[in-house]
Amino acid sequence: MTIGLENYLIVAAILFTLGIFGIFLNRKNVIIILMSIELMLLAVNINLVAFSVFLGNLIGQVFALFVLTVAAAEAAIGLAILVVYFRNRGTIAVEDISQMKG
Amino acid sequence: MILQTITFYLFAAITVAAGFMVIAARNPVHSVLYLILAFFTSAGLFVLIGAEFIAMILLIVYVGAVAVLFLFVVMMLDINFTDLRQGFLQYLPIGGLIGIVLLVELFMVLATWQFGPDVAAGAVPQATTGGLTNTEALGAVIYTDYAYAFQAAGIILLIAMIGAIVLTHRTRPGVKKQRISSQVHRDPKTTIEVKKIPPGQGI
Repeated sequence: MTIGLENYLIVAAILFTLGIFGIFLNRKNVIIILMSIELMLLAVNINLVAFSVFLGNLIGQVFALFVLTVAAAEAAIGLAILVVYFRNRGTIAVEDISQMKG
Repeated sequence: MILQTITFYLFAAITVAAGFMVIAARNPVHSVLYLILAFFTSAGLFVLIGAEFIAMILLIVYVGAVAVLFLFVVMMLDINFTDLRQGFLQYLPIGGLIGIVLLVELFMVLATWQFGPDVAAGAVPQATTGGLTNTEALGAVIYTDYAYAFQAAGIILLIAMIGAIVLTHRTRPGVKKQRISSQVHRDPKTTIEVKKIPPGQGI
């Protein structure tokens, strides 16, 4: 029994679903939502690398690198916005953000 | 080969379990730590498949930078997390439903999917080509074919850095700072005053 592409794809699919599930489950906590997004990006990376290796094509790994870059930038900006929001409001509840009109 | 199989299933199980604990843990600090565990084990999966460079970058960037950033923010912000847990079960049915639907869809795609006829069916995993190591081969591609995209990635990181600094920077009143120019421009005329004090009296 060898490990094929499907095994990696199944792991990535489960991780992606967990990310979606986490966003719904922790609707109030932005930090967990950001972590769920990181999980989903990790799943995408697993998909890209698995396809890259099993097709013998390096370009998938290059794209995984770029996804990683964007994930790092997104986490930095998202957490910075979170810190500023917490400084202004004293809470990080997502529901109150809709009041921030103008 | 049997060892490889066992290792894969072990790492995959740990990754999925850690991913579940990220969204289910009560304490966000624990969530971050489980996220780190998920990153570590998926780096192990990448090493297993032969993509060492991505695995190491995953450790450096995700564990070393992103997860530690999360940890800093979680620990620095004084948040009452029990309030944020309210309504956790309220969203469980709809979230679970959407999650299960998505998972079933993904598995249905996976079950019916196969390689196209013109693709060399990659039964043998090969992370590298032509006797190069994974890192060498990746570097040869990134710095030639994808040089512009690589520069764009650098610009994205630069913009993220500037944006984070601009967002969180604040000038606080009442902070004592050394101003060298004003120190240099001090002269005796403005700082020293000579007073004539008559004897027997104070000022």
